[in-house]
Amino acid sequence: MCGIVGLFAKHPQVSEQLGSHIAGMLAQMGERGPDSAGVAIYSDEGDGQKLCFRCQSAQHAEQLMALLSKQLSEVQTRRVARHVVCQTNNPESVLALITTAAPDATLMSSGERMVIFKEAQHPSDFIQDHGFSAMSGSHALGHTRMATESAVTTAGSHPFSTGPDLCLVHNGSLSNHNRLRRLLQRRGVNIQTENDSEVAAGYLSYRMQQGDTLTQALEASLEDLDGFYTFAVGSRDGFAVLRDPIACKPAVLAETEHWVAMASEFRALEQLPGIEHANVWEPEPARVYSWDKNGAVQ
Amino acid sequence: MTSFDLTDGVRSLNQHLQQPHDAATQITAVNAKGKHAVAVGATQLHNITIDGNVGYYCGGMNQHAHIHVKGHAGPGLAENIMSGSVRVTGNAAQYCAASGHGGSVVIEGNASARCGVSMKGVDIVVRGDVGHMSAFMGQSGTLVVCGNAGDALGDSIYEARLYVRGTVKSLGADCVEKDMRAEHKEQLRALLQGAGIDDLAVDEFRRYGSARQLYHFDVDNASAY
Repeated sequence: MCGIVGLFAKHPQVSEQLGSHIAGMLAQMGERGPDSAGVAIYSDEGDGQKLCFRCQSAQHAEQLMALLSKQLSEVQTRRVARHVVCQTNNPESVLALITTAAPDATLMSSGERMVIFKEAQHPSDFIQDHGFSAMSGSHALGHTRMATESAVTTAGSHPFSTGPDLCLVHNGSLSNHNRLRRLLQRRGVNIQTENDSEVAAGYLSYRMQQGDTLTQALEASLEDLDGFYTFAVGSRDGFAVLRDPIACKPAVLAETEHWVAMASEFRALEQLPGIEHANVWEPEPARVYSWDKNGAVQ
Repeated sequence: MTSFDLTDGVRSLNQHLQQPHDAATQITAVNAKGKHAVAVGATQLHNITIDGNVGYYCGGMNQHAHIHVKGHAGPGLAENIMSGSVRVTGNAAQYCAASGHGGSVVIEGNASARCGVSMKGVDIVVRGDVGHMSAFMGQSGTLVVCGNAGDALGDSIYEARLYVRGTVKSLGADCVEKDMRAEHKEQLRALLQGAGIDDLAVDEFRRYGSARQLYHFDVDNASAY
């Protein structure tokens, strides 16, 4: 089944409370995906690049932070449960250090703005452990997983990122992902799991590396991805939503002058401020909806 | 007037809707907040007003009751409705009134994909647009669309009648436009009136239905067996 949520702030007050809003939305989707949960949150605070690593335990995360402060003093770090978020102007040296000195730490995300947290745990536990209410940002996506296509592991959880500041959450199931995975891997795309959604994320990254805009890449996916899906895709400046042409998987969009939100079900949107006056509708099949700081992108 | 607060669940409301009673009652339900299965399985005559948006399957299997949702409705509104009525002031998500046997469903906003799929006698009036594959395999009943219809309207339709005022993006297999005769105008007039729509003329609508070409075995295909 799976549940997906997304929120894009158009007002500073919503930005300030982005973390608590997305956590509240995610909590409502626990029944749709009790196996794992994940959140990608975008913010422009701090200089340079954000790298997020997931460690084997909170203790390992503390050790990783101590290592970084000793070896690379310019790197700012903070721990969120088992994750360590690094803010740096020199990401290559951070990656080089961690690859050799802490190979158990997994890179979850990289980019100027995006940080991804995910765990194979129940969404309510995930929310409690990660302290989202203290986080702010411009936009965020979240996912609760009911696994169908690959194992219940953190690596198989959403959001999937295969490029800087780009991530994807998916509700549905792709049927041609094995063939497409081999094709993308031959072209140099790094895909790490057997998961179908990661292939979709890799496909979008590949198209955008070839020069497509996010909207063009999503439109191309209508031809190349076989299966059923509702996608929400986060990029540096905004997010986009696409449903397959048959559109069996649910999705609801809502917009006020202060925010744009999407979710698998309305109940995830119900606690957003001003929802009683929001425009609420079901997105049309095979149509790309996207928003960035300039508003809706047609 | 009986009032239900749905904050702690929908069961007490739904149980109440199945208790025999002597006369029609007025019921209000508050704090629906996108909950699933609100006012499902009514077997008695009640007038039910639901304040706020509802999730999946509101008004499912309805018999006799009149349900008024003041808000938007999630997927599967009034699924398998048998009689009575369901009215929504906002939009309805996919497959509303699916497999409905009777009664009426009125959507004041838009209804999305598969509105009236496999309809078996229900009367549906949508003030706005309907999405793709609406009235798919419709067997009986009517679908009135005051706005536009999406792709593949009436695909594989049997005998349902479809009235569309705006454009039809495409017609599904075996669905064709048909003449609006006096009896159809009369039927449409009554449906619009029943839905409380008095600003549209029946002459603005076109009628669609089955070409009846999928009903019978085509001898041209005999060699395939």
